[in-house]
Amino acid sequence: MSEEESLPLLQITEPGAAPEETGEVKKAVAVGIDLGTTNSVIAVSRDGTPKVLEDDMGEALVPSVVAYAPDGSAIVGGLAKRLLLDRPESVVSSIKRLMGRGPEDVRSLAGVMPFEIEPYQDGETGMVRIKVMGHRKTPVEVSADILAALKNLAEEEAGEQVEQAVITVPAYFDDAARTATKDAAQLAGLEVLRLINEPTAAALAYGLDQGAEGLYAVYDLGGGTFDISLLRMEKGVFQVKATGGDAALGGDDFDHAIAEHFLKERAKTLGEANLTRDEVKVSLMTGRLAKECLTHENSGQWVLESDGQTSTHDLTRDEFEKLIEGYVDRTLEICAHVLDDAEVTASDVKGVVLVGGSTRVPLVRRKVEAFFGSEPLANIDPDKVVAVGASLQAEALTVGSDTLLLDVTPLSLGLETMGEMTEKVIHRNTPIPVAKAQEFTTYQDGQTAMMIHVVQGEREMVDQCRSLARFVLKGIPPMTAGAARIRVTFQVDADGLLTVSAREETTGVEQMVEVKPSYGLSEDEMANMLRDSMVHAKDDIQDRLLAESRVEASRVLNAVIAALQVDGDLLTGEERAKVDSAVAVLDQAIKGSTREEIDAAVDVLDKETQEFAARRMDRGIRDALSGVGVDTLEEKISEE
Amino acid sequence: MHGQVEEKSDGQRKVGVVPCWSCKGPVREGAAFCQTCKSVQPPGQVDHFARFGLQARFRVDVDALERQYFDLQRHLHPDRFVTRSSKERALSQLQATSLNEAYETLKDPLRRADYLMHLHGTDVLPNGCNLVNDQELLMEAMEMREALMEADSMEAIDKVAKQAANDIADCIAALECAFAEKDWETTCRLTTRLKYLTKMADETKAHRVKLKSML
Repeated sequence: MSEEESLPLLQITEPGAAPEETGEVKKAVAVGIDLGTTNSVIAVSRDGTPKVLEDDMGEALVPSVVAYAPDGSAIVGGLAKRLLLDRPESVVSSIKRLMGRGPEDVRSLAGVMPFEIEPYQDGETGMVRIKVMGHRKTPVEVSADILAALKNLAEEEAGEQVEQAVITVPAYFDDAARTATKDAAQLAGLEVLRLINEPTAAALAYGLDQGAEGLYAVYDLGGGTFDISLLRMEKGVFQVKATGGDAALGGDDFDHAIAEHFLKERAKTLGEANLTRDEVKVSLMTGRLAKECLTHENSGQWVLESDGQTSTHDLTRDEFEKLIEGYVDRTLEICAHVLDDAEVTASDVKGVVLVGGSTRVPLVRRKVEAFFGSEPLANIDPDKVVAVGASLQAEALTVGSDTLLLDVTPLSLGLETMGEMTEKVIHRNTPIPVAKAQEFTTYQDGQTAMMIHVVQGEREMVDQCRSLARFVLKGIPPMTAGAARIRVTFQVDADGLLTVSAREETTGVEQMVEVKPSYGLSEDEMANMLRDSMVHAKDDIQDRLLAESRVEASRVLNAVIAALQVDGDLLTGEERAKVDSAVAVLDQAIKGSTREEIDAAVDVLDKETQEFAARRMDRGIRDALSGVGVDTLEEKISEE
Repeated sequence: MHGQVEEKSDGQRKVGVVPCWSCKGPVREGAAFCQTCKSVQPPGQVDHFARFGLQARFRVDVDALERQYFDLQRHLHPDRFVTRSSKERALSQLQATSLNEAYETLKDPLRRADYLMHLHGTDVLPNGCNLVNDQELLMEAMEMREALMEADSMEAIDKVAKQAANDIADCIAALECAFAEKDWETTCRLTTRLKYLTKMADETKAHRVKLKSML
């Protein structure tokens, strides 16, 4: 066998570049998902061209509404939304508001949320549960049903498997809500490539990463929430500078304002005293229609028909704008506050990106333009722009990109200390990934355990921050008060997810405890759900393990080939032939689909190259001693 | 941390060559990538300056530092390793974390001064307790605080803010000299002073936001 034949033609990839597809491995497409409160959107980008996917009715906006049958099966989207009118008890909507929430958070939303909250049961984590059609559901499961429907939609439309996704979350989402989103994706059979912030996704959709340096604002007015974010774009790097918003302000308020106006008129003409449920429902729907109409027309006429009585209402755009002006002004007050927070003025902002269906309302556009002094960017559909950006990021992560997204922690992370005070360990707006450690000590003689309470938020008192997790570090050797040194390490990964560990340092007694958020799911719950929800769970796991083995095997193969190219002369002909044949066997195994064969071939190649590695090290050391330095990539980078 | 720094012989440690975890060949200690197989390496125990190839000193060109930080992150950030093996993903996260830590420390004059003092073997305590007998410093801090407490108009606050900004600039200039002269007593005192001044500037900013919302 000649050298040319035995050496597989594999390219060695640059660090950071996507690895070559090996053999027959079919590459599944990665999607971008905007998992919204009211609607969700899924998009796919190929060759830098994003495409928003539509369902069989031609709808891109999939209502984030799930209807459950008594057997627990789920219907998602437009159909479920229609069931909302006739069988509201079987339908769940706006579940995003409960992601990562505990029962006491939900109490403050009482009356607003159309959910029946379930009481806490023993052995459960603090995550809120709702009851629908006799089933106890966590927000994670409901979101997983939405994600699974979107995944199906993409698979049907693309004719390919969809296993990986970039999912967007609001910038203010805390750790519990982010973890819940990631768990939901896992339940739906999606690997989350990255969670990214919605405003960042919108900025990516506008290609602000293509050279436009400066400060940008993303103004996001949805159905029920308002968010404003300031982003800095510099040297191909995105950075979130400051965020603000109101979780209870949005386009629904516009509908309400019109509905109230119509109902007042109706009461005058019909002389009615009491509103019926039906009247409220009908007026709200009419209010929504009027809002949408007056976005394009200058005036219109609407008829309210309820309880056998009809009333007619005229409304002009001017009148409509007077009704909603207060709400729009409130969003601008929040904008002013965020600018202040970042120590910049409106004129420092180079451009404003509009996100959310409610930014279609002309008054909103005019007021935003007047406030920032520049015409807002709005040529991408504001309902789809976040999904578009997410799909571009999904492509960038899997195929490669020049742009880098450097995200920051949206909220400070800390620990409870004496007197129920908060000690911040990682401050907000710290670039991620980040790891920070802080030392604490015992306050009683002979203390052998310590409660560690992790909180998120900016306030000084613990009860004003959000409690993320509590755990007890046990096994501290008895010492006098203040002698123990407990080192608590916070680690936030690139998705903004937190891991906390603690260890006692003086005695070297180590105890690492990884925490799951209080409002998350326990490992057991997650495992059970995975078992229950996935019919093909076993196949999926096998597929994943096979994919992992292939990635790892390709890594080993590339490493050996690279080493042979540099130091091949260190082997005798006979030794080389052995290594080459092991390489060929592994290359063949990767193309096959038996994990055991791949792993075995990796082991053989490892063994066959042990002596080679030792000789290479010897040569490296000899070279270094004789002054022939090993060059490094950093040096190469700095030469560029 | 990752057990790749094997101490087989004295020779190996002296020349600073360690085996690459992936191709097993020689890699210079502290290098981010293996020059042979291009695999990302563990971040190692390099000081923050060395991570950027800089000499450990107070004067730093922050713009150049930022450019280099972006360049290194472009190669090391976990976003670049999404499709790689789990080991490479984990190493990239460690690398990016170390890089963030180094950058955040060096870009800020106060944290940089603190870190240089730490490298020198002196940890300047948060309240400057090791210098509590510095009367001049205490007086200055008290006067600044009084001025801020009395400021009840935007003009007055802006005046305090401007004073703090000027004092910070002076203090940083003085620190540059003191560090260059390796006058460790002075650097320690000035680092403590910079701590007070920075804290005052932060409080002034908070005070300003509060006052503005009240007006």
